[in-house]
Amino acid sequence: MISRGERVANYVILSVFAAFALFPIVTILSAALGPADSGGTSGLGNFTAAWQIGHFGTYLRSSLAVSSFVVVVSVVLSIMSGYAFGTMRFRGQSVLFYLFMLGIMMPSEAIAVPLYFDLRSLGLIDTFWSVALPQVALSVAFGTFWMRAYFRASSRAIVEAARIDGASTWRILWQVLVPPARPAVVTLTVLVFMWTWNEFLIPLIMVTSESLRTAPLGLAFFQGQYTSGFTLLAAGSVIVATPVVIFYLFLQRHFVRGLLQGAVRE
Amino acid sequence: MSRPRTWGRPPGEPRRVAYLYLLPAFAVYAVFLLYPIGRAVQLSLYDWDGLSLGRWVGLDNYVAIVADEGLRAAFGHALVLIVFYAAGPLVIGLGLAAILNHAKVRGLGFFRTVVFLPQVVAMVVVAVAWRRVYAPDGTLNTLLGAIGLDSLTRGWLGDYTFALPAVGVVGTWFETGLVTVLLLAGMSRIPGDLYEAARLDGAGAVREFFAVTLPSVRGEIAVALTLTVIAALRTFDLVYVTTRGGPGDSTSVPSYEVYHRAFGLSQIGSAAAIGVTLTVVIFVVSFGINRFADRRVS
Repeated sequence: MISRGERVANYVILSVFAAFALFPIVTILSAALGPADSGGTSGLGNFTAAWQIGHFGTYLRSSLAVSSFVVVVSVVLSIMSGYAFGTMRFRGQSVLFYLFMLGIMMPSEAIAVPLYFDLRSLGLIDTFWSVALPQVALSVAFGTFWMRAYFRASSRAIVEAARIDGASTWRILWQVLVPPARPAVVTLTVLVFMWTWNEFLIPLIMVTSESLRTAPLGLAFFQGQYTSGFTLLAAGSVIVATPVVIFYLFLQRHFVRGLLQGAVRE
Repeated sequence: MSRPRTWGRPPGEPRRVAYLYLLPAFAVYAVFLLYPIGRAVQLSLYDWDGLSLGRWVGLDNYVAIVADEGLRAAFGHALVLIVFYAAGPLVIGLGLAAILNHAKVRGLGFFRTVVFLPQVVAMVVVAVAWRRVYAPDGTLNTLLGAIGLDSLTRGWLGDYTFALPAVGVVGTWFETGLVTVLLLAGMSRIPGDLYEAARLDGAGAVREFFAVTLPSVRGEIAVALTLTVIAALRTFDLVYVTTRGGPGDSTSVPSYEVYHRAFGLSQIGSAAAIGVTLTVVIFVVSFGINRFADRRVS
C-alpha cells in the first residue's frame, strides 16, 4: 500500500521532471508559433517563411533520399549477413563476426577524416555516395548483429522442413524466415532511419553544395547565416525534427521494445 | 539431436554459400569502415597538412595528446561530460523508474513518451533550443529574473566557468529518458513476490530499493552506462552548434578537436591520432563496464 503522502510526492517528482523534459521543446515551439521578431509573419506563416528563406524543402528532400537509400540498402544487406551468421556454419565465422562487432562501437569521428581524403582523391567528395555509403557501413555493423540474434532464435524445424521440400537457401530466407521477422525488421528500420536522419558529422565533412545538405546540416548553416531573431530558426528546427518525431510517435512501441532487446542482448 | 543423413543436411551444416550472403555487407563495411580505420592509424603517424607530402613522425601525435595542454583539457572535458551524461541520468533515472514501476501512476505511457522524446530529436535541433534557453535574454535568465534571482543571470554558454556544465546539463536532459526507459523495463521484470518477501521482512521503501530493485537491474545499468558514456565521449554536434569549443577552449572535446584540427587547422595527423585514441578509449570503456557487470552477476 502506498500512503497518500507518498503518492503526492511521486506525482510532484514526475511532474517536475516532465516539465524539465518539455521545457526546451516548449521554448522552441512557442517561439516558432509566436510573432516574428522582425514583424511580418506569425504563427504558421513563420513556417512558410522559414521554408522559403532557409531552403528547408531542398534539405528535407536530400535527407529523405539519403535516409531511404541507407535504410533500404543496410536493412537488406543486414538481413543477408545476419542470416549467414545466424543459421549457417562456416570457416572464419567468429573472426568475421568480431570484425563486424568492431563497427558497432566505432565512432564516425575516427573514420570521417581518412574517408574524406581518400574520397577526395577519388573525386567522390560532394556526392550523394560520400554521404550515404559510410552510413551504410556504420549501420550494417549493428544490423548484422541485430538480425543474427533474431535468426539464431528462429525455428530450426521450419527451415529444415523447407530444405526437405527442396527450397534454396535464398527462398528459405525471403519466404520462410523474413515474413515472421517483420517486428525485428521494423525496429531495425526505425533505428537506422533515426540515426541516418540525425547524423551530422559525415554530411558536414563530405558535402559542400547546398543541394546535398541534409536537414540537420541545413539547420546548422541557417543558424549561422540567419541571425536576425529566433522565430524563423525555431520554425526551421521544428521542420527538421518533425519527420523523426512523427516516425517515433507512430512506432514507439516497436521502437522502445526493440531498443531494449538489442541493448540487453548485447 | 542427430538426424539420419537421408533427411538432408541440418541447416547449420558447413556452408560455402554463407560467404555469398556475407559478401555485399562485408564489402561496404570493409571499404567504408575497416579500411578507413586502418588509414586513420596510418595517418596518425604522419605530420600532414592534407596537401603536401606528409612527414613520418612516429608516435609524436600520440605523445602530443598527453603533452599538449589543450588536448589534455579536451579529454578532461569529456570526463566531466561523463558525469553529466551518465552519472546524473543514472541517479535520476533510478529514482524515476522506481517511482513509475512501483506507484500505479496514471499517465505512465505519456510520461515515458515525453522523457524519451529528446533521444529522437536531431542533436542540432536540441542544440538550437538550448542555445535559446541559455541566451543572455533567454528563457533561463527570464525565469531566474522572475523569481528574483537576477544576480545569477548571465550568458551561460559564454561564461568560462559555466559553459561546460551548461553543455553537460543538455546531456543530462537527453540521456535521462533513455536511462529511465531501460531501467523501467528491467524493473518491470522483477517478480512481485520478491517485494512481498522484503516487506514481510520489515523493509521500508529505501531498504527495499537497495535490497531488491537495484541488484535486479544490474544488466540494464551496464547497458545504460555503456550507451551514455559512449555518447558523452562522442559529443560533437552539441558543441559544434552551441559553443564551438569556446569560450577559449573551455568546452573543447575530443571529437570536436578531430574536426577542428583536420578541417580548421589542417593538422590531419594529429586529428587522426585523436580519432584513434577516442576509439580505443570507447572500446576499453565499453569492455570494462560489461566485464564489471558480468562479474557482479556471477
